Formats: sequence, structure tokens, C-alpha cells
Amino acid sequence: MALAVEMQNIVKVYPNGVVANKGVDFRVEGGEIHALVGENGAGKTTLMKILFGMEQPTAGRIRIFEKDVRIHSPHDAIALGIGMVHQHFMLVPSLTVAENVILGIEPRRGLGIDREAAVRMVEETSKKFGLPVPANEKVMDLPVGIKQRVEIIKALIRGAKILILDEPTAVLTPQETEELFEALKNLTKKGVTIIFISHKLKEVKAISQRLTILRDGKSMGTFVTDEISEEEISKRMVGREVELVIERSQAKPGKVVLQVENLGYVRDDGVRVLNDVSFSLRSGEILGVAGVEGNGQRELVEILTGLRDGATGSVKLNGEEILGLDAYGIRRRSVSHIPEDRVEFGVALKASIWENLVSDRYWRQPFGNAVRIFPKTMRNFTKRAIEEFGIKADGPDTPVMMLSGGNMQKVVVAREFSSQAKLLIADQPTRGIDVGSTEFVRKKLIEARDEGLAILLVSADLQEILQLSDRIVVMYKGEIVGYFPQNVGLTEEELGYYMLGVKRHEPSRLKESMLS
Amino acid sequence: MKRFAAYEWIRTAVTIAIALALGYLVLVFTVDDPNEAFKWFLWGPISRVRRMVELINYTVPLIFTGLAVSIVFQAEIFNIGAEGQLFMGAVGATFAALYFPQIPVLHVVLVAAFAMLVGGAWAGIPAYMKAKWNASELVSSLMMNYVAFFLGLYFVNYHMRDLKAGYLVSYKFPETAWLPRLLRRYNLHAGILIAVAFVFVVWFFLYRTRYGYEIRMMGFNKNFARFSGIKVRNVVLYAQIVSGMVAGLAGAVELMGLYKRFVWQVSPGYGFDGIIVSLLARNNPLLVLPAAFLVGYLRTGAYIMSRMTGIAPEIVTTLQAVIILLITAEAFLEFLKRRKIIKEAMKTEGGENP
Ligand SMILES: Nc1ncnc2c1ncn2[C@@H]1O[C@H](COP(=O)(O)OP(=O)(O)OP(=O)(O)O)[C@@H](O)[C@H]1O
Ligand SMILES: [Mg+2]
Repeated sequence: MALAVEMQNIVKVYPNGVVANKGVDFRVEGGEIHALVGENGAGKTTLMKILFGMEQPTAGRIRIFEKDVRIHSPHDAIALGIGMVHQHFMLVPSLTVAENVILGIEPRRGLGIDREAAVRMVEETSKKFGLPVPANEKVMDLPVGIKQRVEIIKALIRGAKILILDEPTAVLTPQETEELFEALKNLTKKGVTIIFISHKLKEVKAISQRLTILRDGKSMGTFVTDEISEEEISKRMVGREVELVIERSQAKPGKVVLQVENLGYVRDDGVRVLNDVSFSLRSGEILGVAGVEGNGQRELVEILTGLRDGATGSVKLNGEEILGLDAYGIRRRSVSHIPEDRVEFGVALKASIWENLVSDRYWRQPFGNAVRIFPKTMRNFTKRAIEEFGIKADGPDTPVMMLSGGNMQKVVVAREFSSQAKLLIADQPTRGIDVGSTEFVRKKLIEARDEGLAILLVSADLQEILQLSDRIVVMYKGEIVGYFPQNVGLTEEELGYYMLGVKRHEPSRLKESMLS
Repeated sequence: MKRFAAYEWIRTAVTIAIALALGYLVLVFTVDDPNEAFKWFLWGPISRVRRMVELINYTVPLIFTGLAVSIVFQAEIFNIGAEGQLFMGAVGATFAALYFPQIPVLHVVLVAAFAMLVGGAWAGIPAYMKAKWNASELVSSLMMNYVAFFLGLYFVNYHMRDLKAGYLVSYKFPETAWLPRLLRRYNLHAGILIAVAFVFVVWFFLYRTRYGYEIRMMGFNKNFARFSGIKVRNVVLYAQIVSGMVAGLAGAVELMGLYKRFVWQVSPGYGFDGIIVSLLARNNPLLVLPAAFLVGYLRTGAYIMSRMTGIAPEIVTTLQAVIILLITAEAFLEFLKRRKIIKEAMKTEGGENP
């Protein structure tokens, strides 16, 4: 088939002097699913932003469907039949699905918007490509998987023939990922070409026909997916062998640190999102919370960390009741928290890395005192953290906004790991991080556990849960429906049954999660 | 980052040039001898020592209000009540000047401190209303400006008015409440020194104290601040109070330095110019100094032009408005754009949040 995309010798120098692409050649054939892989900060998003007209290349040539083009803006890109779903979604939460999709291309009736026509358009596209969405519902009420479909439809309705997906599966559960893949395969049958960025090599293997590897702004070659192994891919990405297995010693749990009893929570709109949740967590162990996203995990984490109030029941931290304390009170009791949504909670985009790294400790020695802060100490500390956590950045003063998605996540991880906490609540700690760094973070989690940290690990990634957890609880519809005192012999499938509510443990067994 | 800053500077310079050209155009269409008028406008403020002094004295309150506004704007709080805080600060200063013990040096300090207290308290009212009833600080602080004006005039009129003066002014301050002069022949008062000192004080406050850190982090991302364990509610309150204190001090310095009594029968407008100064300075206290100087220059230039050529004050006002609007619009658009980018970025990652 003909070439859909041909990018030749693309160079991108950002205004701050960072060279994100150093002469990349990138070719995608029409109708294929082409994966783009590479470490955090390798330049994947940058390359795609150039293709979508959001960034201008410093040098290089672009051909679309074998014609030379200049793409000055997303507008140009759309006109050429290019659509992009971003690493961070760009929907307006308070608008309905239909309103979001037609934003900017509204069908008119007189002076107003023809709402019926809009809904019809959305439904037609949705049917044509096999991507069901509820056209009249508000976006904020939708699960992530559906939001993503909305983004895809948004691109398709504008006539996208080439669809770029930047880490679409980072926020999805295994089931949602499978649905997405089905939809993507369908799209290629309809002649759509897909460029797919992911850090999960299994997925890359499963869905793509060919793949291109980027390392440090350069292309390491394009391969037929079936002819290259996962090990080989990661070796070319990282430049060294990556261990995909993590050594994990037996946990030596100490005394109970966190005791959650009969926790209940009813949302403002009257929906009960947590019902009678109980479990305990000891120092020196990792308790995994598995579950399909949207089954109360987010609320659970926000309640435990003081970001959401109005819950009933009891939460004891080292014997002290902490339910009702705000985030300030809980942080001061040595709890650290890796939030699920790094952009909303985890970082201040406009602030520098060093300002982001001290947000939980600027008030204490050696970073500051009752009045002053000590930027010099903070910068030095940050330099060490950048080293240790392999954050790809110019230096401590770089604004977080200028980091790649995975490197932002590393900033959050670096802060929360270095806070000398007694309890760490880690919600999707490795989301968006590349293979090498994921390995690093997971090792760190085990290390911290062995030093006596109590870790509550919430993750949609079952492999992560199974790899790291000493004990596992499964959440379904706001309740704990499964409890596994150890993970030996446990499979993803078995866990999946509980996550989907097919199986459920006896109440007596569930109670054991409290004993410890 | 450096190249970026250079680019910003060039753009600001170009905007100023365009604004001046437009201002010139206004004169061409309204005045007989636009060249003469424009010459006064451009060079007037530096043509004589006396006018330079006028310029400096005019810049002083703008520095203070620019600083005050930059504090709240860095916190992304849109308290635009600097005008009222300055006015109330001045009324408070008048009271302290007339009734506090007349001990040399100490008196000046007490007057300044009292004005800061009043300005801070005044700024705290919208802050409190926001915390209590979630009333928009933008609206309430704007309304408070009017309340300040009438309340302030009432106090001066009924309790501190100098009936012998023949027009609405307060009693003259005792000499212990005057700021020292810096030059023998011209009324250049020590206010400029205090203002410059405060540029560094506010810079230090914002960038070197934990309170400033909290203010800035909250301004960058409120959710992040709360998540990190910053008491956002407190920050909202004290950011506005500290800002009000600086604005209040502006009122005291202006009266102690320039007029030696309360003289305003219309609100002087420094608070509103402070918003312009802060926008021009991108809310950076160190840049407030040149920004205040620029706005002060345009204002003084226009006054001098009007005095020297007898151009109708309406035209002068139009000229000022055109120029300042253009310069502000550029900064303001930039400001909006930045906010929008951040907002977009915040809505991301598929969070379930409202
Ligand atoms: N707006 C920007 N200004 C300056 N530098 C930037 C900007 N955006 C990205 N960079 C830098 O360019 C490099 C490549 O970033 P890019 O976002 O393309 O990485 P990526 O491959 O998508 O990584 P990830 O897997 O973490 O998303 C990084 O070093 C990053 O810090
Ligand atoms: Mg990226």
C-alpha cells in the first residue's frame, strides 16, 4: 500500500534549547497500525505534535499520502486528514458528548446550533466505526474508556484518515484496552491508518503490524512487529538489557499502620460509591487494591488522603482516628500519596521541578523553617533526585510543563518516595512510565517496603498488582469482594472474575483482610 | 528560557512603540499642533528637574499598588480592591497623623503601620466573604472600592476636616508625620526610597518565605497545593491581607510625603493603575519598578502636555487611555492565554472531576 505518512530528517529544537528530535525518519504505510515506542522523553509526543501541526519542526520534510505538505496548525493537519488523541485528554467536562464532538464544526440552524443534527452526526459516525458512545451524556460522568472513544470520534468526524493515539492505554483497564483494540482493528479495515504510542510492549506486540523505536530523539529503526521480540525492543529502546522480572523477597510485616473499618461514602448526587470497606495494612507490606477503574478506588484514595470529606466509618493511622482530617493534617502525620491524576493534583505545571519536589516539605528543616525557605538546599536536593530517578530535564529550574508525560510522573514519584513517610498510598504509580523506569519504581517500592514502609498500591495494571502485592483486595461497585492473603498461584484471570463481579468471597473470608 | 525572555521584552517594546504611534494619531486628529504637543508628552517628564521630581513622586504610589496587586495575582486571586485599600489606608494614616503621639521618627512609623493595618483589614473583607459565602472576590473587591470612597470621605469630612481650609481637606499633619525631603529645592520625598525597598521586601516575601511559596503554588495549581498539604483557605486570606497592607501603605506614604494632609475628593486611581502595572510586570515584583515607572511616565507626560499646550483634558485622557489600554491589552491577552493553556492542561488525563 501507499505511504500515508513520511517524515524525513525531522529536527525539533524547543525554544529552551532542548533538542527533542534529532533527524528522525518515520514512515507509516496506509492502513497499518504502526507503534511508536521509546523511553520517557525520547521525543515520541514531540514527533507526533509536529505531524499534527502543534509544533513546528526546526528542519525536515513531511509528506502525507505522498504529497509534500506544510502543517502550520492542527487546523491544517485536520484538513489533511490527520487526527490526534492526546496523552492528556482535551474534552470539556461540563459539555455533553455530542457537544464536545462537534465543538468548532457545529451544524447550524439559523443563529443557533442544531442540536438534533449534532446528535445525529455523532451517532452516525459512532455506528459507522463501531464505537458506541452516549451522545447526550455529560463527559464528566463517563468512564475513561468512553472518554477516549469520544476523542477518537472527534477526530473521525473531522475526516481523519490518519489517527494518532498518544498512550491511549495508559489509563485503561485490560478489558477496556481489549475493546479499544477491537475498535482500532475495525478502523483499519475502513482504511484508517493508526499511529499508536505505548510503553506496554505486550500491547504493541498484540496490535501493531510494524513499529518504530525512538531513543534520545533518534530513530533506532522500523521493524515488522512479528519479527522482533519484546526483549529486543526494550534493549533497543534503552540501550541495555532490561530485567522484566522483579526479585521479591518475603515480606516481614510489622505492626498495623492503617486500619480502615466500615468505610462508607455517598457522593453528592446520591450514588453510594463506597460501602462497608474494611481492611488493614501493616508496616513492611504492600496491600494491592485491584479493580476496574471507577469502582470506588479513586474515592477511597481521596478519603484516605484527606482530599474528600463526608465519609462514614473509621480510618486509623497508627491507632489515631484520621477520618475528617484534611490533606494538611494527614500529610503532617507522615503519609505520602502518588495521585492517579498527575496533572490535576500531582504537579504545578508552571512551577520548576525544584518547587514541585518540595511542596510537602518546604516548611521543615533542612528545606525551610517557620518563615523562610532555602532554595539552594531545595535545588541541590532536586539535582540529586533528578539523578536518582532518571528524570530527563535540563536541571532543577526547568518548568514541569516542559517535561514529557513520563518525566512528570517521575517528578511526582520522586517527591513521594523521598518524603520519609510511614504510609505510602500509591495510585497507578507507574502510569505512563517507560519500561526501564517502571522496573526502577517497582524495585523502589519493594525496597521501601523492606525498610518498613506500609504501602497501599492501587492499580489497574493486574500484572503490577500481582508482581508487587503481598496481599490483595479486589474492589467491585464500592465494595471489597475478594481477599487474597498471598499472591502465590494467583492468575490475572482469576482476579478478573472478582473484578467483574462474577465471583465473590464469603463475608468470613473478607473479614480476614482486617485481622493481620 | 533566556531567549524566551528576550523575545518577551522585544514584544513589549514593540507594543509600546505602536501605542505611542497611535497616541500620536489621536493628537493629529484633534490638535492644531500635534508635533509640539507630542514633544511635550514624550520629553516633558525629563525636561526639567522639577518635572523629573513630579515623575518620581507620581511613580511612588504606583510601585506600591503594583506590588500589592502582584501579590494577589500570583495567588490567582482577583482582588482588584487596591484602590479602596489605598484610600482607606490614607484615611487611617490621617487619623494616626492627627491623633497619635507626635514623637519624631516613631510617629511616621506608627502612621505607616496603622495605614497598613487598615488597608489589610479592608482587603480582608472580600477575602472573608469569599471564604464564608463563596462570594466572587472580583465583584466584592470592586464594590468595596466605592464603599471605601464614601466611608472614607465621611470620616474625613465629619471628624477630621479642616474647616478653615475652605475646601474638603483634613487638618494639616504635624511635622513629625512628614516624610523627610531628599532635595532641598524640590519636593522629592523619601517615599521613593521606601517604595524601592518594598520592591525587595515583596520579592523576598514571595520568593524566599514559606508564605510566598504557598501563595505561588496555590496560584499555579490550587488542587496541587491542597494535595501537598498547603492550607489553601489560609493562603487565600493572608495573600489578600498582605496585599492590602502594601496598598494601605501607599496611601500613607502619599499623604505624609506629598500633601501632608488628606486631600482627595475623587479616588486617585492609583489602585487601578496598579493592576496595569502588575500586568505589565507579569506579576513579578522586580519588574514592577520599571512597569510603574513607565505608567507613571505616560501619565506625567500627558499632564505636562496638557499644562504646556492647553489641550482639552478630554483629549489627554483619551490619549492616556489609548496608550495604556494597548499596552495592557497585550499583557492582558498574554495573561489570559497562559491561563487558558494551563486550564486546558488541567482538564486532562480523563479525571472524573467537575
Ligand atoms: N514545551 C516544551 N518545551 C521544552 N522542552 C520540551 C517541551 N516539551 C517536551 N520537551 C522536551 O522534549 C523531550 C521529548 O519530549 P516528548 O514529550 O516528546 O517525550 P515522549 O517521548 O513523548 O516521552 P513520554 O513517554 O514521557 O511521554 C523531553 O526531554 C522534554 O523535556
Ligand atoms: Mg509523551
